[in-house]
Amino acid sequence: MSSPASGTIQQPMERPKQIAVITPFVQAIKQHWLSYLFVAPFLITFILFIVIPTLAAIGLSFTYFNAIEAPKFVGWLNYRNLLTQDMVFWKYAIPNTFKFAVIVGPLGYIAGFILAWLVSQLPARIRVIYTLALYTPSMTAGVAMAVVWLIVFSGDRLGYLNSFLLEVGIIDQAQLWTQDPKYLMNVMILVTLWGSMGVGFLALLAGIQNVDVQLYEAGKIDGIRNRLQEIWYITIPSMKPQMLFGAVMAVVGTLKAGQISVQLSGANPSPQYSGHLLINHIDDYGFIRYEMGYASTISVVLLVMTYLVSRLCWKLFGSKEE
Amino acid sequence: MQAWNNALRKGIGSLRKVSAFQWILFILMSLLAMFMLLPIVYLFNHALKPYYELFLYPPTFIARNPSFQNFIDLIVVTQSSIVPMTRYLFNSIVASLLVVVTSCLFSVLCAYPLSKHKFPGKGLIFSGIIISLMFAPEMVGIPRYFVISQLGIINTYWGHVLPLVAMPVGVFLMKQFIDQIPNELLEASKVEGAKEHMIFLKIVIPLCMPAVATTAILSFQSAWSTDETSTLFMENETMKTLPFFVNTLTNQLANNVANQGAAAAAALLLFIPNFIIFLLLQRKVITTMMHSGIK
Repeated sequence: MSSPASGTIQQPMERPKQIAVITPFVQAIKQHWLSYLFVAPFLITFILFIVIPTLAAIGLSFTYFNAIEAPKFVGWLNYRNLLTQDMVFWKYAIPNTFKFAVIVGPLGYIAGFILAWLVSQLPARIRVIYTLALYTPSMTAGVAMAVVWLIVFSGDRLGYLNSFLLEVGIIDQAQLWTQDPKYLMNVMILVTLWGSMGVGFLALLAGIQNVDVQLYEAGKIDGIRNRLQEIWYITIPSMKPQMLFGAVMAVVGTLKAGQISVQLSGANPSPQYSGHLLINHIDDYGFIRYEMGYASTISVVLLVMTYLVSRLCWKLFGSKEE
Repeated sequence: MQAWNNALRKGIGSLRKVSAFQWILFILMSLLAMFMLLPIVYLFNHALKPYYELFLYPPTFIARNPSFQNFIDLIVVTQSSIVPMTRYLFNSIVASLLVVVTSCLFSVLCAYPLSKHKFPGKGLIFSGIIISLMFAPEMVGIPRYFVISQLGIINTYWGHVLPLVAMPVGVFLMKQFIDQIPNELLEASKVEGAKEHMIFLKIVIPLCMPAVATTAILSFQSAWSTDETSTLFMENETMKTLPFFVNTLTNQLANNVANQGAAAAAALLLFIPNFIIFLLLQRKVITTMMHSGIK
């Protein structure tokens, strides 16, 4: 167990040298006290507000807990109920999250890459304007986003979309865009896509601009004929790290979305569960029904999903250091 | 005059170099940019519309008689209610400033040794940060609530600030950025007798200002626009923040324009600071993002 681990570890990023932590602790602190002092403030808040809640969620997921009595250990019961009993979970939360995530995640990410590439093809001087135009929507994230779009999607004939469609004659009466189960999900997807050009997009943009120009010239000599080949053989391979960062941001951003359905429809659960995502399911059980144990179980499932999808991105874009 | 002519010739020259592809791209991207900004334009106009104009049919896109009535209403109408709007605004400003300052400071403090020192546990901490990039704290809101109530910071500014201080993305971006600072530079100043904290203050901090600016933007955006801390950690109405207030305005909004002017004005208050800060610092953000890759 105490043999030096560094020789056997192939991917140092993924598997930390845990053995080193166990070796004489006090001595290490004495020798490196300054480093630890620097790290301490962040580490304390990190552990308190991110690590402990995550571990506590895993712990609570095995209990019955109503926030008044002490948690009661129930083993795998919550998981069994989630998998076998929870109709809303299977009928609405999972399919909705799946539909939402598949469209917003990959599509938003690919759109982000394409847009970043297009912006970088423009003359340098005017790039800023377009970057700003694409990034601005993501700044409205949260409450402001709902206000912006409720103006457009307002359910009476005074809403911009309704009045426009009435004028053109596509609809003959005002539609309740954000309350009608028929539309809510699509509206949510549209709105989220609109606001999804955030940090990940900026990373992709910077990555593309950072590719060494000489590589393109070398590529031309090697027989690259058009821009598509250029993107595939030069741009993407040389910005894999940024691609990965952007992908991880996209995955997390997509799977943590959920507030938007409540903000648009004004209710949790949304009408006929039409915009019910996993996050809403957690809030529903946690903060409305006070079944904290069960809500934690759903959190854990969501965390595991996020982690697995992120690992998948890692497989796609991670640098292989074998 | 000669210089002017030269400049002009150069300008025309660079215009000619613009290819047909770039012209098409330019037009398409302009259309897209307009589409992306359109809702924001609506928001502006709505906020500036006087009350009667909200009920015009067909709805006007540009406010005909722009007025600041909505903003005044927002302040005056809520003046007499239990919590005036200015109180929410004040809370938001205090909380956001505290979050930005502490999270930038903590992030850069943590990123420097992670990048340039060797110490046991470093790998563990960094992989912890990488893994947490893949999680969102929103997903574990319930246990977070218990941690915060255990700490006794419910209904205090700490409840707004502390949960948002730890920003793994910030530390990650800064660490990648500090990696670019050559070790020789730090060692040279060590040879000249500079203490560790002097190196940190005089070399590392000035050189990684772009990353600090980026972290500041990101933390400001998260703090300024979150209503999570208000809904979950604040029971006292006087301690809640602006996004929470806007949320109460929008709750009845879906099918009714009556309140939209006020809501738009309040949402604009949420949006404009974000926009200005990004506008001022966007160059630094792009520089930072060049080093954002996960290797």
